[in-house]
Amino acid sequence: MADWIEACEADEIDEEDVIRFDHGGRTFAIYRSPDDEYFATDGLCTHEKVHLADGLVMDDIIECPKHNGRFNYKTGQAKGAPVCVNLRTYPVRVEAGKVFIRID
Amino acid sequence: MTAARPKRDYSLVGESTRWAIETGLASAEWYHSEVSRKTMKELMQRSDGPAIRDTIIWIALILGSAAGAIWFWGTWWCVPFFFVYGVLYGSSSDSRWHECGHGTAFRTRWMNDVVYQIASFMLMRNPVQWRWSHARHHTDTIIVGRDAEIAVMRPPDLLKTALAFTGLLDFRYSLPRLFRQAFIGLDAEEKSYIPEMEWRKAVVAARWHVAIYVATVAAALWMWSFLPLMLIGMPRIYGSWHMVLTGLLQHIGLADNVTDHRLNTRTVYMNPISRWIYWNMNYHIEHHMFPMVPYHALPRLHELIKHDLPAPNPSMWHAYREVWPVLLKQLRYEDYFLARELPPTARPYREEFHNFTLPSAAE
Repeated sequence: MADWIEACEADEIDEEDVIRFDHGGRTFAIYRSPDDEYFATDGLCTHEKVHLADGLVMDDIIECPKHNGRFNYKTGQAKGAPVCVNLRTYPVRVEAGKVFIRID
Repeated sequence: MTAARPKRDYSLVGESTRWAIETGLASAEWYHSEVSRKTMKELMQRSDGPAIRDTIIWIALILGSAAGAIWFWGTWWCVPFFFVYGVLYGSSSDSRWHECGHGTAFRTRWMNDVVYQIASFMLMRNPVQWRWSHARHHTDTIIVGRDAEIAVMRPPDLLKTALAFTGLLDFRYSLPRLFRQAFIGLDAEEKSYIPEMEWRKAVVAARWHVAIYVATVAAALWMWSFLPLMLIGMPRIYGSWHMVLTGLLQHIGLADNVTDHRLNTRTVYMNPISRWIYWNMNYHIEHHMFPMVPYHALPRLHELIKHDLPAPNPSMWHAYREVWPVLLKQLRYEDYFLARELPPTARPYREEFHNFTLPSAAE
């Protein structure tokens, strides 16, 4: 059963940036794109389980801080070595200045 | 951490590998100096400008020195041109390979990829295999049995280390490996750090490199001249001395099996020419702690965190003078290493980050 979970205030995330959100023993990454849209993915890189929230957001790419693996955070697509496995994404909505993500 | 440490076994599928995995030393959490997210974001910002400028200079110097070498071929005047060409081909390609492999040199991805492929070829490095070996080097820096890029193993082989400056040993190792990868495939160690889905790509890349070398030899035979080989392939021998001179200092003589780059990595101040050739990788602790920071921002990062790092060596000469007695001591007692002192402003070494070796380490 999927639930909408409040993750953070919308203005907690700078434009073109990412923050970490932990919930229920899991960790997620919440992104704010340069177009002021919000997205969510699993929080750990699929390569070496490093927190993506310490990485760099460039346009629609999140780059892992350890090995520079790149994902499209909007689709979760791995963009080449050293990441080969896609990142799981989650639906996001923004209401009353708060960011919610749907977690199953 | 409780298991007895086996004698160092540098194979990537041996006893030390098993021990590193069992103790949690493999893929461990590493120490980081504190830098605010805001500052780190500024430091990590990518830009095409500095790398385009440096690459234009790099290509112009390569083509210019090659043209001079060809023009004066057959006379002693070609020597200084080959000297410059060799260092650009056999040494500066290493830093270009490295920085573009991280994807930090340029903001634009394809520019990183193009320079990475060219530099990999110059270095006789399989671009697929080495991307993965370097990822492992960053995950498990100088962890015995895990790190595929440990330059000087213990006890040190001083003759081999000295011969590294000639480029001969690495050449003798790199070229046959490309042929083996092209015609037989990857070996067990390579397969231990390259995912299966990349194996085929690695073989194809090796075949492309081999094809270019075969064409170069054919051209040399057709022209009945060494000139094609002096321009393609051989610079990996006569021009790699600067890569070895700077690269050896990254970790040599320091601790192994620790998870704090301040203990196993060295920052050395260097002259501007070497820094340009090396693309600022002399700030090596900084690079390992924060690999997302592009080469042109490393001096700024160094200024920000140097209070938390051991004092840098003021020169390469100083660093080698420091390393030499350590290597001699390691001949008799391989657990010996140079424990680097932290300044009073630094956060102390945390025992849980380096207690893998402390019980047997020398002072």
